[in-house]
Amino acid sequence: MSQDGRLSRWFDLKGWILVVIGAPYVWLVAFFFFPFLIVVAMSVATNTPTAPPFSFGGEHPWVNTGAFTRIVTDGLYVRAFLTSVVNAFVAAVLCLLIGYPMALGLTRVSKSWRTILLMLVILPFWTSFLLRVYAWMGLMGKNSWFNGLLTDAWNFLVPIDWAVKSIPMMQTNFAVVLVMVYTYLPFMILPLYASLERLDPTLDEAAMDLGSRPSQVFRDVTLPQSMPGIIAGGMLVFIPAAGELVIPSLVGSASQPMIGRIISDEFAQARDWPMASAVAVALLVLMVVPTMIYSHYQAKAEGSK
Amino acid sequence: MKRNRTFLFTVLCFGFAFFYIPILSMIVFSFNASRLATVWGGFSTKWYVSLLSNDKVIDALVLSLQIAVVSATIATILGTMAGIALARFTKFRGRVLFSGLVTAPLIMPEVITGISSLIFFILLADWIGWPGQRGFTTITLAHITFCMVFVTTIVQARLVQSDRAIEEAAMDLGSRPWQVMFDITLPVISPAILSGWLLAFTISLDDVVISSFVTGPGSTTLPLLIWSKVKLGVTPDINALATLMILTVGVCVIVAGVVMNRAEKRRLADERLAFRNND
Repeated sequence: MSQDGRLSRWFDLKGWILVVIGAPYVWLVAFFFFPFLIVVAMSVATNTPTAPPFSFGGEHPWVNTGAFTRIVTDGLYVRAFLTSVVNAFVAAVLCLLIGYPMALGLTRVSKSWRTILLMLVILPFWTSFLLRVYAWMGLMGKNSWFNGLLTDAWNFLVPIDWAVKSIPMMQTNFAVVLVMVYTYLPFMILPLYASLERLDPTLDEAAMDLGSRPSQVFRDVTLPQSMPGIIAGGMLVFIPAAGELVIPSLVGSASQPMIGRIISDEFAQARDWPMASAVAVALLVLMVVPTMIYSHYQAKAEGSK
Repeated sequence: MKRNRTFLFTVLCFGFAFFYIPILSMIVFSFNASRLATVWGGFSTKWYVSLLSNDKVIDALVLSLQIAVVSATIATILGTMAGIALARFTKFRGRVLFSGLVTAPLIMPEVITGISSLIFFILLADWIGWPGQRGFTTITLAHITFCMVFVTTIVQARLVQSDRAIEEAAMDLGSRPWQVMFDITLPVISPAILSGWLLAFTISLDDVVISSFVTGPGSTTLPLLIWSKVKLGVTPDINALATLMILTVGVCVIVAGVVMNRAEKRRLADERLAFRNND
């Protein structure tokens, strides 16, 4: 067999598989996995005033766990982790409370309306994320019509002594949660809709015929069956919200920073790469738990199909 | 049941009001004559004029589009390959790591991806002298990496659903494996590839966090430009920019909707015709 023939046979049998698997594999290892390993290694390096600002070694050869000690002992980091988790959790719960009836409502409207309304849920997602955050900056500011409306309502409802000129909304955790709910709500509605749409309406009717009240039907039939959607939506909101950087930077409080901002500040302003890396690693460890729960339920949902 | 319906309908109305009031407010205030972005001072289109005559905005838009087209295209090629690899080759060495690498960027917080990419590029420049300057190249490389996994997810889902019988038939008829891929597999999943490209394009066009880390002097993408202005507060020309972007997206979505609707109708008509001819 000629050299050329052998090459093409090799390509037919093995070579093309090697290319199809190899190209994306090599890319992800080089540009994702390797940089990630550098961050993990960096988290046990020592910060030095050199450029680049780190070295391995120091008093304990190679490994310096000082950054991790600081994360556990320094209140700043503990508070930032708590703020992130609480904000993300509250945002996920609020998304669920708003998103569930919306998703349920979407399954109850006529087919042609459903297409349009689903499109309207997705449409904000295609517009710039940054501009959706910005839209709320316009609404929450001191002089805005929205803040004015809320202020008037507040002043009307409360005793005269509590009257305020405007409601301080910007630079608070309230603002962070509100904007998170706004930007991540589609991530909650879509998986919920997907799991609610699959439900068999005759099950509802059967439960009704057997004497269940509508609230019982919801609790005993609809809710348990939509659990995979609830878990998926919850994780899709919680995970990116906990590591969020843009929202807390624009509308959040500087005195109660979230963890994403800590990482970015340690890196860019303090130029402490090892510290930034250690906080990043800690955040990832924190995220592993909900991710595991998510993939566990996901696998279960796949299995039951 | 009646009360239930009313409740769900009310929630839907409030939900959509929540979605669209901030956007509508932004659009209205883009026509505000006042310099104070949130206090109404009469109708004016001057912010559109100042926006469109601003070279910085135009340059940033062009740079963003270039990066988005290049990174979406490469991300689609690599992402499709990864999708085929995961859906069709169920056993190969290192598959567990590979599928992990495909999922991880989806859930990795953007801050961490940004920092790890930046540290990687700085150290790489230190070791081998490349990339000499951060900018177009580094942003594009980073975007390809986190866009490709979205393409993979879409393509893989489509492949898992699709019927393998045609591929096996072609194989039995003597096609070489790579011919099967180009002649059968890729055409079958072409809608998924197209939506993968569109998703990658939008994600790249919209990215702030990762770009903000890996960018260099002189390479300001549109989101980075908006980011730097918005940090200082609400400004009327950003309202105008937002309105133009929403308008563009809206028009694209409506056009895509109409085109898809027509294609669907034509397909149904063809099917009906085919049935009638068979009778």
